[in-house]
Amino acid sequence: MPILEVQNLSKSYQQTGGETTAAIGNISCQVEAGEFVSFVGPSGCGKTTLLMSIAGLLAPTSGRVIVKGRDVIGPPANLVLLFQEYNRSLFAWRTVLGNVNFGLEARGDHSANAAIKAHNLIELVGLKGFENHYPWELSGGMQQRVAIARALAYEPEVLLMDEPFGSLDALTRLDLEDTLLRIWAELKTTILFITHDIEEAIYLSDRIWVLSRRPSQIVQELEIDFPRPRHQVTTRTEPRFMEIRNDIYRRIGGLEAS
Amino acid sequence: MNPLRQFNWLGWLWFAALLLLWEMASHVLPGLRLYVPPISQIFASLGQLLVSGAIANHFFVSLGRFFAGYLIAAAIAVSLGVVLGYFRYLHSLMEMLIELLRPMPSVAIIPVAILMLGVGDWMIVAVTVYACIWPILINTIDGVKNIDRTLVDTGRTFGLSGSRILRRIILPGASPYIVTGLRIALSIALILVTTAEMIAGSKGLGFFILDEERSMNSGNMYAGIILVAAAGYVLNRVFLILEYRAMKWRHGMTARGSG
Repeated sequence: MPILEVQNLSKSYQQTGGETTAAIGNISCQVEAGEFVSFVGPSGCGKTTLLMSIAGLLAPTSGRVIVKGRDVIGPPANLVLLFQEYNRSLFAWRTVLGNVNFGLEARGDHSANAAIKAHNLIELVGLKGFENHYPWELSGGMQQRVAIARALAYEPEVLLMDEPFGSLDALTRLDLEDTLLRIWAELKTTILFITHDIEEAIYLSDRIWVLSRRPSQIVQELEIDFPRPRHQVTTRTEPRFMEIRNDIYRRIGGLEAS
Repeated sequence: MNPLRQFNWLGWLWFAALLLLWEMASHVLPGLRLYVPPISQIFASLGQLLVSGAIANHFFVSLGRFFAGYLIAAAIAVSLGVVLGYFRYLHSLMEMLIELLRPMPSVAIIPVAILMLGVGDWMIVAVTVYACIWPILINTIDGVKNIDRTLVDTGRTFGLSGSRILRRIILPGASPYIVTGLRIALSIALILVTTAEMIAGSKGLGFFILDEERSMNSGNMYAGIILVAAAGYVLNRVFLILEYRAMKWRHGMTARGSG
């Protein structure tokens, strides 16, 4: 049984003029437990709307989202969404440790172990020594690391990530991609990732769904079978990597040109 | 770092010099003494009033009214502000009422309060509550309205219930605004207690000041004024210290800009 299933999901918005715009056309897909899968698509193709619907934060116009066999009607308990805007999503009044603790508190973990867990997670995302810093004292990359640690503290079975590295500089981004893969390999959390960066999607994922422009549809599904652990240089320079990249680019690029 | 830790020597020295100037002026111009007694005489009166305990009752009565009015106002205004800040249609409903009542000088309702509640403690507490509600209410509404939608969605995706989102996210998120409202209301509360006591009642520092003035006892009158001023100063200081502790996370954030 897939851990996450999307069935004929569509979402339309009522605009102020009374017209309806379709953000999501008709999307169906399945994610198996432990997989790292990505949606990749052009900007403004309704990726965020899709993820918000899967997270139970937005009600779809039609279709169903099923997490572990249960219909999503509100935010499911075993799933958490990581927002792109880490600076707006972190709690400014809590320190790094306080933000990570939030994830533990949210799942009701007040055990003696909780403190150890929090410190382990902070170490895992590479923020040891910054426990007592407030978010504003950290760089963008570090803030997103805090957000990741906070999400992991909740111990979700499914982690949804909405372009989490989209507003980071290129080097920080590569660094965080590797951090994420390392964490994923260690914790075996199912990750559903969204990005407009084709290479990022290929580098990270087991599977990729390519989305069309609005109203978004899945136009292509790809299995990515590069061996793991992957490497920023060797994996990305494999001829096959370039082939896949070009293949996806032609689809999306062609869509954007039309 | 902590602005409260710096002792402003120069400011205090200048203040002391002004008091000395006052002392000298009343000696040079003895004709003024009836209206402006020497500061040494005022402090002597104050000392006497404090030692004899004659002013203690008035002081504690005023302080009690102050805290009752201020705390009740804070409880009402923060709760109402959260509700109005969160539910937009309720705010639209109440907005005109608030905007029409708020600019009215609150002392203008003292006669209404006397009419309805008599001249006792509750009248004074009621007008203080009324006056203090506005700055806290307006700021709380603004604070709640300004909370980033992403923060609330973060709470939701972490499975928080509505009441936990309120306590864990909305209240701390709006706290910088709420604290601003509370700080403004602090001085308003003292103004209203003093004014209401001058108009009605037979207790409290406001009553004492006016009563001594009517008895042509200007030394005691000034002593009462000094006590009110000192109370205001201390209350404000205590508030700033508490605010500094509670809002530690904000220090340096504004200096950095975007954060």
